[in-house]
Amino acid sequence: MSIALLLEMAVSGDPHRLAVVDRGTRFTTTELSRFASGGAGVIGTAGVQHVAYVGTGGHMLPLLIFSSARAATPFTPLNYRLSAAGLQQLIGRLPEPLVVADPEFVELVAGAGKRVMTSEEFTQAASAAEPHEEFADPDEVAIVLFTSGTTSQPKAVELTHNNLTGYVTGTVEFGSADADDAALVCVPPYHIAGVGAALSNLYAGRRIVYQCKFDPREWARLVRDERVTSATVVPTMLDRIIAELEASPTDLPTLRTLAYGGSKVSLPLVRKTIAMLPHVGMVNAYGLTETSSTIAVLTPEDHRMAYAATEEAVSRRLASVGRPVPGIEVQIRDENGAVRPAGQPGELFVRGPQVSGRYTGIGSVLDADGWFPTRDTATLDDDGYLFIGGRSDDTIIRGGENIAPAEVEDVLVEHPNVREAVVVGVDDPQWGQIIVAVVVPEQGAEIDVEDLSEFVRKALRGSRTPDRIEIVEQLPTTDTGKVLRREIIRQLSENLRSAT
Amino acid sequence: MIKNGTRLQSQVCDTQVIVVRSADSLDDLRCGGEPMVSLDAQKQPHADLDPDFTGGSTMGKRYVDDAGAEVLVTKAGAGALSVGNTRLVLKEAKPLPASD
Repeated sequence: MSIALLLEMAVSGDPHRLAVVDRGTRFTTTELSRFASGGAGVIGTAGVQHVAYVGTGGHMLPLLIFSSARAATPFTPLNYRLSAAGLQQLIGRLPEPLVVADPEFVELVAGAGKRVMTSEEFTQAASAAEPHEEFADPDEVAIVLFTSGTTSQPKAVELTHNNLTGYVTGTVEFGSADADDAALVCVPPYHIAGVGAALSNLYAGRRIVYQCKFDPREWARLVRDERVTSATVVPTMLDRIIAELEASPTDLPTLRTLAYGGSKVSLPLVRKTIAMLPHVGMVNAYGLTETSSTIAVLTPEDHRMAYAATEEAVSRRLASVGRPVPGIEVQIRDENGAVRPAGQPGELFVRGPQVSGRYTGIGSVLDADGWFPTRDTATLDDDGYLFIGGRSDDTIIRGGENIAPAEVEDVLVEHPNVREAVVVGVDDPQWGQIIVAVVVPEQGAEIDVEDLSEFVRKALRGSRTPDRIEIVEQLPTTDTGKVLRREIIRQLSENLRSAT
Repeated sequence: MIKNGTRLQSQVCDTQVIVVRSADSLDDLRCGGEPMVSLDAQKQPHADLDPDFTGGSTMGKRYVDDAGAEVLVTKAGAGALSVGNTRLVLKEAKPLPASD
């Protein structure tokens, strides 16, 4: 099924419903649909094979997603924080694209693609163009997203119409939102969660309120003023929101659910959020670009039960990503491909209609039975709750022993003086690799390295205690909060070399 | 067998569906008692809504039969969905919290 049909259904369900709010711009479902038909006309006339977008999103994201879908042309939102060279290089990998850019980024993409238009030019042309509608083959690519490239060159993930509508119709009930429901979306447009939000909230009948540039105080203001009922954030945003609410306490009476995901969140932060916002249901969403967004969810009910539980098997679920969504099957496999039982760690494989596993220039990486290797290490518990360990590539092998960094990090962040911690393996002539912990202290706190080592040793075996602990002011991350482990390892290795 | 993703329309009301999971049974899919036809097909001008197959279907809901077929209502109408004379059944879904 084409993603264009999601919009068609939203209009058919309620043609007058307010669907998108972005500062002064407001679209009902019908207005969004009209603009998208005109936008499809603009794309059709331009004679391009792809549409790319460089900008901060807001109403431009649903507009371009549906304009491109109705023109049966694949669409790629790009990371507007990239340099001109970075953007030009990614645009060069797209076939004959029309490049739409917010005015502040137009200079960065000058001369790129087949044609460049500003967002205003596109919107104006769309409002004047002949409406256009082409039916895309549902197995054709609808959206191409570049991975953040924390471990390698960015890969171009191809999501078909069927992948995306499989996700939406498999996880969201059409029109299930209450008439007053509103979702605050502050995740960037080039992130799969941004694409997912545009589709799933429209389908649920939930008004989308956009915040294009995240700021915690403005976020809280929007929740109050727009009477927001649900919101999605990445962990770094959650951290800043909680700090803001601590500094200037604010009521968020309408907020019912707060979803977090995109990278690992520390347990102390989750506990703090639950304690500060007891009326808000927390949702941990786990997914990958390659799986068209969320594949497992830890629900508000799961959070409450785990938070209140005294039984270890239940309380530890606060650190899990919950259970798979309908339509997703999961398997944990060992290095030989054998399926492992509950409680045993291995690599997570997933299968379902929303799973693409296809990259431009590489092809499909699904196995013969349609399973996608996530390259995340994971464990299932007896009740099917999924625990994510980290990227398989990040596993440290010290003296022949496999150590998941997350295991050590989870202990480190429980220390009252530690704000953030990352554990990496650094090459070592004696052990193969040694465990190095890089920690950021809580504001105003001092970290005693000996004391912290002892703290870890008490919780884990001696062989998992960091060989070295480095104290830093901040960690290098992507702008959605993913820690750049490669960068940390590179710096550590350089420091080691210059020290010897 | 009809292909997954095929869009069909009722000949006697506004109902439209998309096939989510196909089965042979859908070859006899009807709405309002009359066979459903593809979206680009001409409707029969004189077909009437069978009074035994009214009550309609709900927009955005999935309907299933015993053979494992599943269709999603993409436009609501007055006729009821059936395979032959057996009505399709509404598939109840467990609601998930908003996650993005």
